[in-house]
Amino acid sequence: MDPRLEVIDKRLKNIKRLIAISGGKGGIGKSLIASTLALTLSKLGYKVGLLDLDFCGPSAHIVLGTRGIYPKEEKGIIPPEIYGIKFMSIIYYAGDNPLPLRGIDVSNAIIELLAVTRWGRLDFLIVDMPPGIGDATLDTIRLMKKAEFLIVTTQSKVTLETVKKVLKILKELRVLIIGIIENMRITKSPLVKKELKAFNTSFLGEIEFDKDLEDSIGDVNRLLKTDFAQNIKKIVLNAPEFKSKKKL
Amino acid sequence: MHEWALAEAVISTALKVSKKEKFKGITKIKIKMGELQQIDIEIFEFALKEIIQPQKPILRKAKIELEIERAILKCRICGHKWAFGDAIKKLNEEESESIHFVPEIAHVYIRCPKCKSPDFEVVKGRGVWINSIEGR
Repeated sequence: MDPRLEVIDKRLKNIKRLIAISGGKGGIGKSLIASTLALTLSKLGYKVGLLDLDFCGPSAHIVLGTRGIYPKEEKGIIPPEIYGIKFMSIIYYAGDNPLPLRGIDVSNAIIELLAVTRWGRLDFLIVDMPPGIGDATLDTIRLMKKAEFLIVTTQSKVTLETVKKVLKILKELRVLIIGIIENMRITKSPLVKKELKAFNTSFLGEIEFDKDLEDSIGDVNRLLKTDFAQNIKKIVLNAPEFKSKKKL
Repeated sequence: MHEWALAEAVISTALKVSKKEKFKGITKIKIKMGELQQIDIEIFEFALKEIIQPQKPILRKAKIELEIERAILKCRICGHKWAFGDAIKKLNEEESESIHFVPEIAHVYIRCPKCKSPDFEVVKGRGVWINSIEGR
């Protein structure tokens, strides 16, 4: 018997909302949206955690520009707090080195992190998902039972075809999907809304392609002033899906 | 002190099994400790006792049996098998501690001694495992 599985629910017990930022494809802005969303919710006064589950290409620490932070050991692992966010990532242990893992190992590492990380009370835990619908997605659904998915897409037909697959499997598994964000919008094309209409999922908003975004990566103050971050804030303030009944 | 979190997991599992099996009391918990995770046995045993304390009487007579399992690694490319005990000698304290927290980090710092591949499996001895929970 794997004892770790039995303690995960307890570790996540005091988290009100758990939102996994997914989309199937790589390079569509999941990490930027996850990190900026976490920062935005924190600025709005919520207690927020951010978990980077992308073991192959962890990026949230790059977006946040974290340096020299490390979890504390106290009857488990306490994630360090940065910009008001409790931040957990495999980089604390793997550093900048590649982590070549097969499926069973990915799953084991996810279970380990979930079993030992003590988040405490949170309004939101934002999970930055890796591309794909493999181990991390299946384990998020299996182990984080209150997970809701926020789907990121772009206008690219290549992205959209994968996003449809993600939506299909999440619907089949009856996982809660809070909505879709169209990222990196470069034309006024209605393609995304048209293509994804059949999935009957809330469209939370569009984010224009922001040329200044890249230069703000690693500098949170600058990041929060970008049009990209302002768009995320607008989405959070306007979408009823982000209302948490009572702040902690 | 992350041993506490794992000890807590063991006791949570024992209590769940006990409830399912309708035990009046748990008599024995057999735990296998994989060498790869380098658990501090003293801290782990201390944590178990501390966690068990408020759970009386169901765990009052529970005997805890700990078995250390040597970690054996096997290369998926060339098939070579080797012991983690040999590999750990080449790791520095930070690398070894990272494996302690997440054993899969072994794939960052350990390579097959024969073909240098990071693509190996942990045949046995990964981490904490419950072999059996007995009760009556």
